[in-house]
Amino acid sequence: MNQVNDRSRDIGPYVAAPDDDMIICRCEEITKGEIRRAVHDGMFTLTEIRRYLRTGMGLCQGQTCSKLVKGIVARELGVSPAELEPVTSRVPMRPLEMRIFAKEAKEGEQDEK
Amino acid sequence: MKNNAEVVIIGGGVIGCATAYYLAKNGTSVIVLEGSDHIGNGGSSRNGGGVRQSGRDPRELPLAMYGIKNLWPTLSEELEVDCEYHQDGNLRLGKTEKHRQILQGLADKASACGLDVRMIDGAEVRRINPYLTEEVTVASWCPTDGHANPLTTTLGFYKMARRMGVRFITEEPVKELRMIKGKVRQVITPNNIYEGEQILVAAGYHSRDILGTVGIDVPMTQSLLEALVTEAEPHMFDQMLGTADADFYGHQSKHGSFVFGGSSGFEGCNKDNGTPITNSITAPAICRGIMKYFPDLADAKIVRTWAGWSDKSADGVPVLGKVEEVPGLVVACAFTGHGFGISPAVGDQLCKLMLTGKTDVDIAPLHYNRFKAKI
Repeated sequence: MNQVNDRSRDIGPYVAAPDDDMIICRCEEITKGEIRRAVHDGMFTLTEIRRYLRTGMGLCQGQTCSKLVKGIVARELGVSPAELEPVTSRVPMRPLEMRIFAKEAKEGEQDEK
Repeated sequence: MKNNAEVVIIGGGVIGCATAYYLAKNGTSVIVLEGSDHIGNGGSSRNGGGVRQSGRDPRELPLAMYGIKNLWPTLSEELEVDCEYHQDGNLRLGKTEKHRQILQGLADKASACGLDVRMIDGAEVRRINPYLTEEVTVASWCPTDGHANPLTTTLGFYKMARRMGVRFITEEPVKELRMIKGKVRQVITPNNIYEGEQILVAAGYHSRDILGTVGIDVPMTQSLLEALVTEAEPHMFDQMLGTADADFYGHQSKHGSFVFGGSSGFEGCNKDNGTPITNSITAPAICRGIMKYFPDLADAKIVRTWAGWSDKSADGVPVLGKVEEVPGLVVACAFTGHGFGISPAVGDQLCKLMLTGKTDVDIAPLHYNRFKAKI
């Protein structure tokens, strides 16, 4: 069994660290300590961490912090970062105003482009 | 590690996690098997967060009302996570006479079940939500509806269940159920065999294949629904919103972002490449729908779109309860996009059903055996 899949695997207790207050996700202001504690709460995948804490869910969508988050989670789990699947990137690649996005087609004219 | 427990739950979504939580709280040993890599990876993490009673079918309305009365108000404290539950009402908006008729029909049905839903005019709509365009002339208003955060709620149930000793295993897709001495007993995955006194199948659309291995069929299809989220905006309103035409639905989250879902009309035949992918025409259609009701949101920036499969039952309400033909088997699937709001109630009631054989809410109308030919 992949080590990440058994959610009862003993990863030891959460031990506070001096740099736990360091902000890792700048958009959503999530600290290293919050990420480490989330792993001990059972969030073993990067997708779960993001859904639980909002890391990488802000304006930059994780383009700044995803590598850092991966390293922190891997170390906490005691696995290689390569074992952790990256999160899913989604449209749009940059934040986009509703009025612009809406112009992708005109109402009722999708067949006439 | 032991591969047997009193209850084996197939499906680590919000239904499986909630049921595991309530069972563990009652001292029952539980194993949860999740087919994908992540807990709560289906509709549980991809829905719009509605915690509604209005617009619900009378057969499932009692579950929605039970959860809102008894479970949602204290869920954040119980799960030690911010579920972001807001009970600030649901507005279902309309602009035309046809819309009024649709809304009146839904309101009448809900009122008949004892729910406080009433029709209000445009002026009252804008007293509740001043950002709505003048074109909105009518709405149904249910003051006890609301919304919550599906991500923290689902993972909150998981966290607490795990803390109480529930064993969760991900990437463990179930291939088969096996009967022993007339009772369902074994759960077969590619590499393991699990055993339980009772087996709960709560695996969304996959439930159909799994139930098929013991000769049970639940008539359902699936459709790919899409949603989007904006950047954080200043606080505007706390209600849950929908429209008579179902152009879009959504709310403003605690974080400030607006979460809106909607449709392009192609939901029943969208594709998937392993990840539920968004269709290029859908998010723009949702944006057009929103802007027709909230012109002020035209400059809000979309930061993300996503998609998720919904398991749709043939008659629009979930399939829930014991499968008498297969002793030991319990089913909870085909939630038809209504699963998140009722998930605490479903978990709580399934727990009671499995431990005592009884429920507080009448779930008989949701029985798997209700599907009959039309003539």
